[in-house]
Amino acid sequence: MPSCVIKVDNLIKSFGKRVVLDKINLEIHQGETLVIMGGSGCGKSTLLRHIVGLEKPDSGHIYIKNQDITTMNETDMTELRKKFGMLFQSGALLNSLTVGENVALPLYEHTQLDPAIINIIVKMKLELVGLTGFENLMPSELSGGMKKRVGLARAIVMDPEIVYYDEPGAGLDPITTAVIDKLIKDLGKKLGITSIVVTHELKSAFRIADKMAVLYKGKVVQHGTPDEIRNSSHPYVVQFINGSPEGPEPLQRSKSDYIKTLTST
Amino acid sequence: MASRNNNGSTGLLIKLSDATVTMLRHITSFFYLFFAVIKLIAAGFAKPSKIFKIKHITQQMFLMGIGSIPIVILTSLFLGMTLAMLAIYALADFGTEIWVAGLVGVGFTRELGPLITAIVVAGRVGASISAELGTMKVSEEIDALETMGINPVRYLILPRFIALLIMLPCLTVISDYVGIYGGYLISYFKLNITIHYYKDLTIDALKLKDVITGLIKSVSFAMIISLIGCYQGIIVSGGAEGVGEGTTKSVVNSLIFIIAADCFFTALFSYVIL
Repeated sequence: MPSCVIKVDNLIKSFGKRVVLDKINLEIHQGETLVIMGGSGCGKSTLLRHIVGLEKPDSGHIYIKNQDITTMNETDMTELRKKFGMLFQSGALLNSLTVGENVALPLYEHTQLDPAIINIIVKMKLELVGLTGFENLMPSELSGGMKKRVGLARAIVMDPEIVYYDEPGAGLDPITTAVIDKLIKDLGKKLGITSIVVTHELKSAFRIADKMAVLYKGKVVQHGTPDEIRNSSHPYVVQFINGSPEGPEPLQRSKSDYIKTLTST
Repeated sequence: MASRNNNGSTGLLIKLSDATVTMLRHITSFFYLFFAVIKLIAAGFAKPSKIFKIKHITQQMFLMGIGSIPIVILTSLFLGMTLAMLAIYALADFGTEIWVAGLVGVGFTRELGPLITAIVVAGRVGASISAELGTMKVSEEIDALETMGINPVRYLILPRFIALLIMLPCLTVISDYVGIYGGYLISYFKLNITIHYYKDLTIDALKLKDVITGLIKSVSFAMIISLIGCYQGIIVSGGAEGVGEGTTKSVVNSLIFIIAADCFFTALFSYVIL
């Protein structure tokens, strides 16, 4: 059994009175790709923001390589962050820098490498995402899919041990999505990178996942291999996978509920 | 009716307490940012190459400082001319129009130069800092920096803070010169004073203290503009509308605090440190 890289322990977070994450427990092992699925607003992006350390939980712990990041100081967190990369939903490239400068940024900030070597690494990483020769373009000159691929190149430029993906396929055409999915899979298989992918696109989720977790109303309702998820009997998981309007998450409210909502002040 | 009144006043109380809590939260976060910047500068003395990126600072100095020169020159020239006209009008009653040079010189170096420069820069640079950082916040760029282990305060805020700290006093010196020159132009046309005589009159009236107190003010204005601009930028939420709101707040708050600080420093330099 490979060692546990990320462990989420009883994580609770609420915004105001709304509980967004309700006692989340998860374990991700070395080299594994975990896909976190769930409908819009179920808390999956919030969970990811906690695992990356952008948000602090109300209670509970997150251990990355046996270090508790919820109590960690800024210096240690910076050290740890050098070991992971993150791909944001929009790519989150710095618009004032060129594509090449964006990819090179972590190297310039964290290493003492010679600019010539950094240049070679940048070219290699851009080659990996199929964007050779785009170094001198500005992010505003790229399409959404290209931005995401540059974001991916930047996420892996420091040769991280863990990569997080926030909706890698959102808003992309099926072919680009497939290309990015293949990249994620290759990174896991060839380089042994541990990945967490947040998505609600079923096709790509089943394509890349080693393990899956389905989030519903801030709770993990099912956690297991893609086959276990496919054969799940949990009513929400069944509704989610079949994409059916009927189930625990109804599109329309019952008549009495509807009247109640209309007449309430 | 009584119960409605009661409800109204409770509602008002709740709103008032909410507003107070929000304001206190803003004040604490603002000072947190201020201390984070100061801490970074202190840390920078130990490892300058790691903290201060000369390229970023010079880039900002160029954008903020050099870019503001034309507008500072224009406003200072007009203000200097206006001040001279006003002075000649008021001094004519006493037959002491010749004091116009001293009045414009002291007025500009102590008060109007730093103030008009800060106001112009708050509108131009403060707004652009907020809009830029706000847009970066909305498009997750600041989060991205943080996940890459790059401190956004060091990478984004520190260069802007230092650049303005250097450039605003420089702009103030330019403003002082141009304002005094504006005063000379009016004196030349109205009183027929030559430039050499006007220069002598100005230098006689000016003390080094006048210039230095003006520059001390402009350093504090630079801190106000850059920190409020950055703060309003990084707390933006909610897309384009939030960016617009942050930019407006940045300019309005900067102006209020600049004028308040100006009043404070004028009182300090006039009555306490003589």
